[in-house]
Amino acid sequence: MICEIYKLLRCNRRMLAHCVRFHIASCVLFTFLAANATWGANLQQTIREAQAKVVKIYGAGGLRGMEAYQTGILISPSGDVLTALSYVLDTDDLTVILDDGRKWQAELLGSDPARELAVLHLAVEEQSLNYFDLQEAVEVEVGQRVLALSNLYGIATGEEPVSVLQGVVTAEAPLDARRGSERSRYRDSVYILDVVANNPGAAGGALVDWQGRLVGVLGKELRSRMTGTWLNYALPAKDLAQVVDDIKAGKELQQVVGERVAAEESLSAESLGFQLVPDVLPRTPPYIDSVRPDSPADRAGLRTDDLIVFVDREPIASCKAFHRAFGFREFDELVSLSILRDGALLEFHLQAEEVQAVVDDEGEAGTGP
Amino acid sequence: MKFILKTVCISALLFTANSAHAQSTPNEEVLKAEQQRIATIERASAATVAVFDAAGQGGGSAVIISSDGFALTNFHVTAPCGAAMKCGLPDGNVYDAVIVGIDPVGDVGLIQLLGRDDFPHAELGDSETVAVGDWVFVAGNPFLLADDFQPSISYGIVSGVRRYQYPAGTLLEYSESIQTDAAINPGNSGGPLFDAQGKLIGINGRGSFEKRGRVNVGVGYAISINQIKRFLSHLKSGRIVDHASLGAIVSTSEDGRVLVDDILETCDAFRRGLRYGDEVVRFADRRITSTNALKNALGVYPRDWIVSLTYRRDGETFDTSVRLMGLHDESQLVDLIQREAEHPSEPSPGELPQPKGEEKPKPVPKLAPAISKKPKLPKAVAERFTHRRGYANYWYNRQHQQEIWNRYRAIHALEDVGPNWNIQGRLTDEREFTIELSDQEASIRLPYGQSGATFRGDLAAQLSPPGSGGLLLTLHLWQRFLDKGLRQFGEVVYLGQLPLGSGEEPVECLVGTYGGMETRFLFSPTTGDLVGIDLFSGDAVDPCSLRFSDYGDLDGRRLPRHWHVFHGDQLFAEWQVDQWKFE
Repeated sequence: MICEIYKLLRCNRRMLAHCVRFHIASCVLFTFLAANATWGANLQQTIREAQAKVVKIYGAGGLRGMEAYQTGILISPSGDVLTALSYVLDTDDLTVILDDGRKWQAELLGSDPARELAVLHLAVEEQSLNYFDLQEAVEVEVGQRVLALSNLYGIATGEEPVSVLQGVVTAEAPLDARRGSERSRYRDSVYILDVVANNPGAAGGALVDWQGRLVGVLGKELRSRMTGTWLNYALPAKDLAQVVDDIKAGKELQQVVGERVAAEESLSAESLGFQLVPDVLPRTPPYIDSVRPDSPADRAGLRTDDLIVFVDREPIASCKAFHRAFGFREFDELVSLSILRDGALLEFHLQAEEVQAVVDDEGEAGTGP
Repeated sequence: MKFILKTVCISALLFTANSAHAQSTPNEEVLKAEQQRIATIERASAATVAVFDAAGQGGGSAVIISSDGFALTNFHVTAPCGAAMKCGLPDGNVYDAVIVGIDPVGDVGLIQLLGRDDFPHAELGDSETVAVGDWVFVAGNPFLLADDFQPSISYGIVSGVRRYQYPAGTLLEYSESIQTDAAINPGNSGGPLFDAQGKLIGINGRGSFEKRGRVNVGVGYAISINQIKRFLSHLKSGRIVDHASLGAIVSTSEDGRVLVDDILETCDAFRRGLRYGDEVVRFADRRITSTNALKNALGVYPRDWIVSLTYRRDGETFDTSVRLMGLHDESQLVDLIQREAEHPSEPSPGELPQPKGEEKPKPVPKLAPAISKKPKLPKAVAERFTHRRGYANYWYNRQHQQEIWNRYRAIHALEDVGPNWNIQGRLTDEREFTIELSDQEASIRLPYGQSGATFRGDLAAQLSPPGSGGLLLTLHLWQRFLDKGLRQFGEVVYLGQLPLGSGEEPVECLVGTYGGMETRFLFSPTTGDLVGIDLFSGDAVDPCSLRFSDYGDLDGRRLPRHWHVFHGDQLFAEWQVDQWKFE
């Protein structure tokens, strides 16, 4: 099992330390098992209390493979909800339902595109909601037992509480993952779990310890870049208090996480600093979903919602065609993109900049810090 | 690879170091708890069955629930097997098994393993007390791994309770199911979900899979054992069992109330006063806050079950109890199953597919399985199987009819009572009544009037005395039943056990059809006494219900001395019998 974990993750220097901790923790684990009988009642109580702080979120989506729901956690008594930044939030009609069936229309306060987190607000009248205090979030050791609470698969509806799964933190390691062919933006440390926590709809859910204290926030569905397996992970919650404050204060958060990317062989949208919309249709129109600030694309003037119609004068009709066209180009090649924006055809010339790759002990391209 | 090897070596070293270290030696408590768990799993495993079709192919899991070999599994496991299957137990033996009853809507099948009367069996738990966070374990035969029939075990917690799963395809619907993160994979279908004490709390049958391929993704569902307990006697009747419907369609209003959108005028809920626009507040002791909540609460009952209902109209609240109607009519259900057998649909999202043998790596095209190949039934199975339309196995129905009937006749000495009955007694106000019965006619004399009935021609017109729903006719049919017996009364069916009222203990139910009317004879499962008779003179009318108690000696026979006569929810009469003569 240890080997498997290593295969899933990039091997790096920190692994050895994890390995040691893992074994110590596994001894602790036996004690936990023995105490099951007495823990039973406490565990039920812990779960019930934690469930009251996890909400069901319904928004945009509904297309094949794009569920119109996800999960969030209450982080203040006055109705602030932390959740994953995703297409689900991309609507004016965002509904949040508590575990007791109470329902609100939510307002999007702001987001952190790097961590892919967003903060919503519910217009509650009394400041009496149950919530996780981010200031009191805890760190856990590898090997420690945790509970993952989320509305995976949208199983819970109305006043039903969210689902809860139990497992163990198997590693703490930098995230090296992809969504489709795009590399995930967040590259910093995450908790890797042995439980299938990151299912459709689970993003934004809570990872708590057996005392019900917040440990992490479940991330969106991602696959390992190395093996293609689905990852089960959570963003550590310990730093999120500041992040949430910054989001609420409206600060620019794009720069929070390191932007260094590994060298790619061929040209990609990512290396130019933009992302296309998720490729969900047989011929998804290649709209730009987001542009990374201070990237070549940003400097050239590309914007979200631009539609790419030509790559070097070659007509492009779908996301797939776009990726194919880029796949034939060298990483540092100059490329011209023709864009349809507000009925006007605009032309841009872009070139990726040098990237700084970090090489670790094993001689593989990897990620810092 | 080099790195990995290195790590393994280091791990091994660390392990050795750890075990030598005093701190890491688990204490007594820990070891004891571990031993307990091992013992629990061993005990539970003994009752876990690996199910294959008669040719030893396909497969799923099951669990034995009594020493005579009755075992629960999924309908979707038994469906491709036909009448006979092979069952492997952890003792290494393979037993023949026969289909007993099926609940296609609830996805439950009951089979009986043959050849022993001392099968190891699981103890039934109480799924009502199961809570999120409880430790549970799954036993079964995922991916058909076990050649020696030792079940695979996976451990986890309850992730959710009372989960509702939308109907898959035409039939399957999971209500109030138990959601667990203990791994449930193809091949676990029909197998047991145990609580940490090894008590059976559910039958595994579904998972959420969707885009990740058909393996466990941390979400499995089990049909709750309490639902199955209600259906068990119905399954033992050998019938194709149907679920219940309220007879009304509801929707959730803007302000979150559950309102009646439409209601059948023929259903019992309508006769109990439920109307269009009423708010459904409680159903079967569950608060109803959404359309789904009602579906969920409804889905765990067999048709004809009686449950409590609370509804609200213009601020006024009404409490009543309703007899639930069927979800399908009988021929519709049989047709659906037939169609399913001839053209099995692809396992719908959520339904656990049957793992195939290794030689078939790809999903195989379905080649009319149960129909074209009709292997000869093993002798033990053939002895216990009777084919009949509308039944999974009619043999069991006949068996139950005879058991109930023989017991009733024996303890009551009613073989030769004849057609002429004279019953006298007192009403609760001490005034007297008399009933005279012959094979052609009957009369009753009550303090407030007299009425009679003749039993030639159209029986449905003879519903006297007025307001009783047909008391005299009911007595006539009782007499006919005693006289003609199971074979000649009309068509007689053993239905299973049903409660006499909401929240009451279920009783055995024999249904006789004669003269276009349904008469239900209700027997106590403990004493064998006839505790009631319901006469349904039409599809859309309340029955005449007789309820008997205070059994004792009358004219040298064991007979009921205290009677209640109801028509719907109205008490028509209550009396004590002093004298009962048979001539």
